Amino acid sequence: MSHASTATKPKTVKARADLALNDEFLRKAVKFTTERLRLGKKNASEEHGNWDDWRERGRQIRLHTIAHLDYYLNLFVDNARANGVHVHFADTADEAVKLSLAIAERKAAKSVVKSKSMVTEELHLNHALEGIGVEAVETDLGEYIIQLAGETPSHIIIPAIHKNRYQIAELLSKEAGETLEPDTQVLAGFVRKKLREKFLEADIGMTGCNFAIAETGSMVLFENEGNGRMVSTVPKTQITLMGMERIIPSFEDLEVMATLLPRSATGQKLTVYMSGITGPRREVDGDGPEEMHIIIVDNGRSLQLGDPEFQELLNCIRCGACLNACPVYRHIGGHAYGGTYSGPIGAVLTPALNKNVGEWDDIANASSLCGACYEACPVKIPLHDMLVYLRRRKVERGHGNRAEGMGMKGFAAVAGNSGRMARALKLGKLGQKLVARDGGIRLKIGPLKGWNSYRVTPELPKQSFRDTWKTLEGELRGGLQEMDEATRDRMARIVQERGQGGKGGGHHG
Amino acid sequence: MKVSLFITCLSDAIYPRVGEAMVRLLAKYGVQLDFPNVQTCCGQPAFNSGYWDEARATARTIIDAFEDSDFVISPSGSCTYMIHHYADLFKDDPAMLERAQRLQAKAYEFTQFLVQVLGVSDVGAVFNHKVTYHPSCHGSRLLGVKDEPMQLLQGVEGLEFVPLPFAEDCCGFGGTFAVKMADISGAMVSEKVDHIKETDAEVLVGLDMACLMNIAGNLRYRGEPVRVMHLAELLYEGVTQR
Repeated sequence: MSHASTATKPKTVKARADLALNDEFLRKAVKFTTERLRLGKKNASEEHGNWDDWRERGRQIRLHTIAHLDYYLNLFVDNARANGVHVHFADTADEAVKLSLAIAERKAAKSVVKSKSMVTEELHLNHALEGIGVEAVETDLGEYIIQLAGETPSHIIIPAIHKNRYQIAELLSKEAGETLEPDTQVLAGFVRKKLREKFLEADIGMTGCNFAIAETGSMVLFENEGNGRMVSTVPKTQITLMGMERIIPSFEDLEVMATLLPRSATGQKLTVYMSGITGPRREVDGDGPEEMHIIIVDNGRSLQLGDPEFQELLNCIRCGACLNACPVYRHIGGHAYGGTYSGPIGAVLTPALNKNVGEWDDIANASSLCGACYEACPVKIPLHDMLVYLRRRKVERGHGNRAEGMGMKGFAAVAGNSGRMARALKLGKLGQKLVARDGGIRLKIGPLKGWNSYRVTPELPKQSFRDTWKTLEGELRGGLQEMDEATRDRMARIVQERGQGGKGGGHHG
Repeated sequence: MKVSLFITCLSDAIYPRVGEAMVRLLAKYGVQLDFPNVQTCCGQPAFNSGYWDEARATARTIIDAFEDSDFVISPSGSCTYMIHHYADLFKDDPAMLERAQRLQAKAYEFTQFLVQVLGVSDVGAVFNHKVTYHPSCHGSRLLGVKDEPMQLLQGVEGLEFVPLPFAEDCCGFGGTFAVKMADISGAMVSEKVDHIKETDAEVLVGLDMACLMNIAGNLRYRGEPVRVMHLAELLYEGVTQR
């Protein structure tokens, strides 16, 4: 596959997007599943009946927690340690990997089973484990598929969204050593059987963390396949990796998250398995790990703290709703974004976490700023605004495209003055005489090439609106209707209230 | 009472017919529009591309142009919403910030003004055609103009309304996005036009000429005879045919 490994990936989002745009299988698969998911979300949020209030509750919980993250992190760590958990902090991806490997080595582990975790993807942990001879097996079905394919997830919650069942059957048949029918039951049945063996053999169970509860020191996993429960109960040692922002204050807050996340992600009212794990196995427990570690990962997250434009990024609960709503993601899939996280959240999170605006400065351009991500977000992160802030920071740091910069200076000179704008328009009318036919321009060269590859550009009319204004105004002045009194009063009242009520567009939705 | 027209650069240069329809329609309700000639572009191309110094230059021009107006009416939800961003542009300049916020409070998209301020949801138009509607993203999502156009369309006699599948999906315009990411934008507008074709509508109506120029361009490229109109044009044409 053209997008198989990170090593061969083209350097620009445009080139990566081109690969996807020319991959009919990928586009069909992504479109099919995102449409199903966003329809599910639409139904689940309408059925909820009070969705916007709950979104606001969710947002407030996240805003509050992140504003007091030091307090809640300390509380969580104290409680988790009191429960017998070994808690570690990792400033960087490298440190998180070293901590994980050290535990694996100390346990003389030969195999690790993993439940789905985006933070371990961010750390490229599987690769590191394999480097010291430890087998790392993904046990979420989608993750298992992309692990077999040697790829990275292309969606936050549906890692193999870009593959159809025929491609999956081919991959799994190779693993099975026999031809498996492209039937979901057959394929899932094979994986289930295979993974049972892996669960029983594993020395370490490795998980991510959807929410960490400060008041109890518990970590909570949301999943649908039961693999997370196997990973966290069968092996003798559990390692949980969590982003430092996964904290919420209490189980009461979890109720809000348990409502928002599944409905936003897949349209489920509740996730199939929600496991709250508060420390290793106690004597009275029927199962669970004897030893439990939680590694709290920063890896660029704390850079957002105190940044008024990006702090809300830490509110993200990784539901993937913004990906499913995004019309750009639908056409280019996740790998085109180039980082671990894709879609609108990835386009902002990747540059933010990496601090390296130079390397990642083009992915913010892969958005029409339509705001569908913001509308879909269960905690109302203004991703469409953040994309503009990223573009602005790039320009401010001198990473902007030079031709575009000159163009924008020209734009400001022309659009900042109506006389110059009128003269520019006149030039345009002269110029188009050479290229316009039947009121349209079809020329596919220069800046028109991309636009005109899909469209016909309209010709400028002989007269602009301002050219016709004097005549129009004169004509209408005579025949103007009398405004009715009620309207006149209403308008006067609006103007008056505006004067008293102060600022902001109160009439806007 | 000074009610000013913020024509937007696109309607001024390419679609003067939209401005004319708005002016003539509002005149029927006794609104005598004023047109400050110094107005230019809202600055959105520069703002969205990250060139905020350049955006500030055009924002100043717009703020100056409508300083004395009581209401500012525009045929674009996107350009109207851009005025809301002026507060971001001038957040470190208290004097300009105050002027920006004053302008924001009096800026209305055309159907907002018609329905919310004039209290008109039926202009008495007749339009015997099958019509579908594309809600532009900035107007509907960010400015919140959702019900107004639907009320106005429902008030039109003879109009057969066909809902557009996936209507809320972006048409792929996105300003400089359509040039920088031309193939993604092209894929998006092609999908939008596929959905329009599914409706069998004769007319596509909307509230933002940028999006409509994008969609009309693809319709024409593909030789599809769907007529593309701003709602102001449809309403005015419907009124004159009565």
